[in-house]
Amino acid sequence: MIQMQGITKVYPMGTRELVVLQGVNLHIEQGELIAIMGPSGSGKSTMLNLIGCLDTPTSGSYYLEGREVSRLSSGDLAAVRSQKIGFVFQQFNLLPRLSALANVELGMRYAGGVDRQMAMEALSRVGLADRATHRPTELSGGEQQRVAIARAIVKNPPLILADEPTGNLDSHASEEIMTILATLHNEQNNTLVMITHEAEIARRCQRIVRFKDGQVEREENG
Amino acid sequence: MKKWLEPISTAWIGVVTHKLRSFLTILGIVIGVAAVIVLMSIGRGVTADILDRIGSMGANLVTISPGASTGFGGVRGAIGSSETLTMSDAEAISEQILYIDAVAPSYSSNLQLVVGGENTNAQVTGVTTEYIQVNNLEIASGAFFSEYDYQRGTKVVVLGSNLADTLFEDVNPVGQQIRMGSVIARVVGVMESKGQVFGFSPDDAILIPLTAMQQTVAQPRTAQGERVVSSIALTVSEDEQSEYVIAEITSLLRTRHQLDALDDDDFSIMSVEEISETIAEASAMMTLLLGAIAAISLLVGGIGVMNIMLVSVLERTREIGIRKALGARERDIWTQFLLEAAFLTFAGGIIGVIIGWVVSYIISSTGLMTTLVTADIVILAVAVSVGIGLFFGFYPAWNASRLNPIEALRSE
Repeated sequence: MIQMQGITKVYPMGTRELVVLQGVNLHIEQGELIAIMGPSGSGKSTMLNLIGCLDTPTSGSYYLEGREVSRLSSGDLAAVRSQKIGFVFQQFNLLPRLSALANVELGMRYAGGVDRQMAMEALSRVGLADRATHRPTELSGGEQQRVAIARAIVKNPPLILADEPTGNLDSHASEEIMTILATLHNEQNNTLVMITHEAEIARRCQRIVRFKDGQVEREENG
Repeated sequence: MKKWLEPISTAWIGVVTHKLRSFLTILGIVIGVAAVIVLMSIGRGVTADILDRIGSMGANLVTISPGASTGFGGVRGAIGSSETLTMSDAEAISEQILYIDAVAPSYSSNLQLVVGGENTNAQVTGVTTEYIQVNNLEIASGAFFSEYDYQRGTKVVVLGSNLADTLFEDVNPVGQQIRMGSVIARVVGVMESKGQVFGFSPDDAILIPLTAMQQTVAQPRTAQGERVVSSIALTVSEDEQSEYVIAEITSLLRTRHQLDALDDDDFSIMSVEEISETIAEASAMMTLLLGAIAAISLLVGGIGVMNIMLVSVLERTREIGIRKALGARERDIWTQFLLEAAFLTFAGGIIGVIIGWVVSYIISSTGLMTTLVTADIVILAVAVSVGIGLFFGFYPAWNASRLNPIEALRSE
């Protein structure tokens, strides 16, 4: 599914350079559930951005489903994101003026076309069919994140990326979100990579990759 | 939903979810378009009004006056100042030139009129029976004098409506007597009111058979013994032949007046058709100028659109980041913002047209000015406003599309 070899990411900071990732190797199999952990500034967010094709590495190679994507143009990267990847963010990142249903539809907008029935189905799968017309501000944090998950899965992408999906939620809602993510992962057999700070959450994953100072410190089984 | 409709629906949602901002954005366009419509409609209306008045003189009217041409105003001032046109000129024109319906020579002189206690000065014009037809005049009461009256030189007069009111007030003028200088004449008719054109109004005229005029005041004669006239009016029988007729008359009169090739004409010819064209051209320029002034406000409105679109892009950076993370390409983003701008300015254009139309209608109904809203103005105004949206929306839209998705997601 994902093969990353010698990934380096350097940001120019005026005259100096900030090395965020140095020579990271990462292999992820189709259908895996993986947690990325590490202190802030360890490069795990940058890693997730690279995996999610939001950015390209300074050097190194990245094969996604057998296709080299580390040197693609921004337009081609957008096409890869629209077809292959669903994002779940810590901040939910829903559009505040759109209904829950319209937010889910947005997930299909750039992936070949909106299908209202599929969007409703995705909402049902996260248990929010009865909240379709509500706006994000009318929903609790846990519900907003469930809408975001529905948006990520609506086009049934092979890869779901979650950046601290429970970071803004209380323990009860966190538990709920993790259950939904795990259930969907089992049902759909997609690959789920998530950043988390919580050992509780990480334990439910099959594999934990720990980052430190821009490198993989160690990998362990969950 | 149809796939091609999605960008449009996305843009539409963008517009309606920010109602106040959308309204403020289009306000400048609304005012600009309304200004264009109102000013252009005034220009068109006034032009149509002027042409209508000129047309009432008779579209095929051609007038020959003695003296060199010095422009519209100068022509009338020159009448009587030189004595170069004669009755036989009029006869020659009538006999020798094609495409002429009727020729009406006339001789004018200022005389004192007395009716009862009323005493006034007026320009008395001696005319032939063709005069009324050539000048497109109508009789309101009584009748015009007949060919018989003309032949016999009967002392009968026909009054312009203004003059009739001044002299007779409440009394019906027809059948009344009027003293002109030393002669007593009988009123046989009053003309319909016509309004003033170029400072001359038939409403103030007093018409008398030219033969009777000759007995009243001594009509001057040229050295050759020809009777002088102060103007010759004629009508061209076929449209579009004015130019030919004018050229023919010019060469005929030059020959008759024995002018050398280098001499200036000692007469001037003005045709309503020509004047109409000149005025139509001048009015078109004026209308264009008014439109251009209004277009400046439309331009300012366009800059307002750009300003607010730029702010909108800044404010919606996160939205752009989200869309990009979901797979939106640069093209998707700028299409969305460009369509939003086009939507807004189109709506602004339509609202502006409606407001402009209403204002034009109100101006028209106050009677202050005539206005005329034509389809081309409306189409132009709406098209220009959409064009402005696309033009001034392009830069903000392009800016939006170039945002880095990671930074955009991190914003706020």
